[in-house]
Amino acid sequence: MIRVENLHKSFGKLKVLNGIDCRVAPREVVVVIGPSGSGKSTFLRCINLLEKPTLGQIYIDGVSLLDPSTDINAIRAEVGMVFQRFNLFPHKTALENVSLAPMQVRNLSRQEAGDLAGSLLKKVGLIDKAGVYPDQLSGGQQQRVAIARALAMKPKVMLFDEPTSALDPEMVGEVLAVMKDLAREGMTMVVVTHEMGFAREVGDRVIFMDEGLMVEEGTPEKIFQEPENNRLKAFLSKIL
Amino acid sequence: MEVVKQTFHILLIGAGVTLQITVISVAIGCVLGLAVGLARLSGIRMLRLAATAYVDFFRGTPLLVQIFIVYYGLPYLFKEIQAYLMANFDMPQILTTYALPVFLAAVIACSLNSAAYIAEIFRAGVQSIEKGQMEAARSLGMTSSQAMRFVILPQAVKRVIPPLGNEFIAMLKDTSLLSVIGFEELTRKGQLIVGQTYVAFPVWLTVAFLYLAMTFCFSRLVDYAERRLKTGD
Repeated sequence: MIRVENLHKSFGKLKVLNGIDCRVAPREVVVVIGPSGSGKSTFLRCINLLEKPTLGQIYIDGVSLLDPSTDINAIRAEVGMVFQRFNLFPHKTALENVSLAPMQVRNLSRQEAGDLAGSLLKKVGLIDKAGVYPDQLSGGQQQRVAIARALAMKPKVMLFDEPTSALDPEMVGEVLAVMKDLAREGMTMVVVTHEMGFAREVGDRVIFMDEGLMVEEGTPEKIFQEPENNRLKAFLSKIL
Repeated sequence: MEVVKQTFHILLIGAGVTLQITVISVAIGCVLGLAVGLARLSGIRMLRLAATAYVDFFRGTPLLVQIFIVYYGLPYLFKEIQAYLMANFDMPQILTTYALPVFLAAVIACSLNSAAYIAEIFRAGVQSIEKGQMEAARSLGMTSSQAMRFVILPQAVKRVIPPLGNEFIAMLKDTSLLSVIGFEELTRKGQLIVGQTYVAFPVWLTVAFLYLAMTFCFSRLVDYAERRLKTGD
């Protein structure tokens, strides 16, 4: 589904990614963990070209993202992204947030897009908030709307960039619950998170990143119970 | 005071003309300014450079000089161009008179000037919208122009209301410069009355008061619009 080869990314002199190779299979849930500044978010943002890689190749469903002839908007429509800070559109209601892109990008009618948005808000448990503006929603509710908004494009892959890091603790659970449902339905997911419980329970594979490299990867059991790399051990001892 | 009483209706007409030219110029300035402002943010280098040059020129030179260029300069330019075309390309004579109507010259000069300031207002408004908004829109597969139209601009428009109001007030006062080309707005009407009656102080004070009345009302209107838009956020 996703194939990343020798991915490098620098911001000026600062090297953030130093050669990442990674494959994600269909229906797989990959959790990326690591200390801050290790390049996790940059890696995720490269997968839908919110950041342009300095070097390397990225393929989604066999299509190269960096080939100039690739329609990047079409690719992005297939790759859902959920942000740490939600990034809902504040001038639109919850329903309009979800229905905007299907109308503009997929050319759905207002009616069709509205129905689709309604069913997705129901799925994330917020159908009663359809007409409400984002600033009247809690953080957890906003993030669930943001997930519905990404799902409205019927993406093949969902990317989550620390989706619970900006939430009050009591709201983390409701967002993780929605993500668990998605994983159960067979959505292909790449999740950058500090929620080790989620990684253990839902992740098919966990990747530990440090200093722009994927240092160690494996099943959650292996990563959490028998870590080999010293930096991973140090990281786990700090957060567990 | 007698003079003011007798000529007040003339000053009122002048105030009406001032308001009219300001509204027209700022309205055209908004349309043109939005285009120039977006061009300043464009990914196309040539477009960006052209827009920057436009803004630099109209903000960096006095409005009074711009008015002279339009009113006295353009007819001269038309004449030269026509003479050149007739001499070199056998063009028939199209224009027989070159002078611009003073109203048209006033609209052109003020609109072009206003557009430069408004372009900067829109550019700042667009840039003040969080980066995450554009990223969210792009990540959903929207093109940059769709994102601009449906996500960024609707939010930016709310933020530019107060500076646009300032621009309107500034332009309202600056239209007094049009008096030098004989455009009969409020200041020119004042000049004409003083010229005939030699009563300076009360007339000019009344002119000032009429400007103040217009700017005051307009500021309150902007305050009101701002409050309304905030609640709808």
